Amino acid sequence: MQIAIIDYGAGNVQSVLFALERLGYSGIVTANKKLIESADKVIFPGVGEASSAMKMIREKQLDEIIRNLKQPVLGICLGMQLLCKSSEEGNATGIGIFDIEIKRFSNELKVPQMGWNTITNLKSKLFNTIKDEEFMYLVHSYYAPDNEFAIATTNYGFHYASAIQKDNFYGVQFHPEKSGSAGEQILKNFLEL
Amino acid sequence: MNLYETNKKMLTKRIIPCLDIKDGRTVKGVNFLELKDAGDPVELAKKYAVTGADELVFLDISATEERRKTLLELVRKVAATINIPFTVGGGISSVADVDLLLRNGADKVSINSSAVKNPDLINEIAKKYGSQCTVVAIDAKQIDGEWMVHLVGGKVATELSLFDWALEVEKRGAGEILFTSMNNDGTKNGFANGALAKLSELVNIPIIASGGAGSMEHFADTFIKGKADAALAASVFHYNEIEIPKLKHYLKQQNIAIRI
Repeated sequence: MQIAIIDYGAGNVQSVLFALERLGYSGIVTANKKLIESADKVIFPGVGEASSAMKMIREKQLDEIIRNLKQPVLGICLGMQLLCKSSEEGNATGIGIFDIEIKRFSNELKVPQMGWNTITNLKSKLFNTIKDEEFMYLVHSYYAPDNEFAIATTNYGFHYASAIQKDNFYGVQFHPEKSGSAGEQILKNFLEL
Repeated sequence: MNLYETNKKMLTKRIIPCLDIKDGRTVKGVNFLELKDAGDPVELAKKYAVTGADELVFLDISATEERRKTLLELVRKVAATINIPFTVGGGISSVADVDLLLRNGADKVSINSSAVKNPDLINEIAKKYGSQCTVVAIDAKQIDGEWMVHLVGGKVATELSLFDWALEVEKRGAGEILFTSMNNDGTKNGFANGALAKLSELVNIPIIASGGAGSMEHFADTFIKGKADAALAASVFHYNEIEIPKLKHYLKQQNIAIRI
């Protein structure tokens, strides 16, 4: 299986690669159009700041490539947020697969949310064998409000969408590559889609 | 909302073992009989990950020129082996240092003295890699009632107040503060909960409590009285005086949100 991890010069791609290796797969980190388009699965990782990440993505014309992918695509953390329409972070315009506006957490609770929280209302093959209220590792200051594409929600003062899906596009706010064996199972489920 | 509900679905408090590293090996004595090589940080990290640690911190205290290379190899091995997040600290003084650590698989970096000497470093790291991976470690000592920031493992005093400095690092983009009380460190008499609670209310980023862990009650106290978001300890875990599964079970019984 060919697994492409989109490289736009940001993000801790090494952790994703290692997690794939622990599952017995290997991935290639690439910004090459042909390699991304011909891959069986595409992972779109990301940490960092939304507007500067989008700038790098546009410079490499990756936004157009991602938008037209037909195989399963998994956006992780910032990668998930960039698949949405916009983000309050740096007033970024996203790739726009999901008609969702990413918002900043208010300061009623600590920002960033950092640590282990549960995912619930699980509604996707992505969560095969994952129990309701399983713990996942999250670290983020911006979030997707609960919406029609939500396949999991998390409570941080209120319920927000911690995973979303539309057609072949999947997005998770948590880090499956850092969320113990349950996180690895979610990655495995994605690879077996 | 009753306690049970708050306990059920919310961000959990984190338990973080800290491993001191010198030339690629763990320093503090470790007595895990089941480990073949307790000086091997990778084996120890794996044990902690499996037994329920929520995160790990590696503090590099070696001083040789070769240190960086050895540390990077270690970071790579740890990242390849464990499936929970980890922070690397010690001797980080530039964005280039951070870049190498993150590219080899570290999730966060912790800066301490270099942030005091060059506060812009906080802004630079946060801007380039995000606040989520920017941890500022603060060592402070209470002198005549005032909490003052200290450097070089608490040896060198500064004119900075803990609370002023905490506000400044937050403003500059730190995503988390690791506060070690030099008064409590090594005493096993509990964390500095008064200062911790004040810190936690002052800033809006997570606070990791460090220094003073001696019993399971101390962890409960630092989450309840100290309002800490996470608690870090070294020797009580390394010497097996507190076992993480038992500690987490105990904390859950005290109605503290914990991942089990």
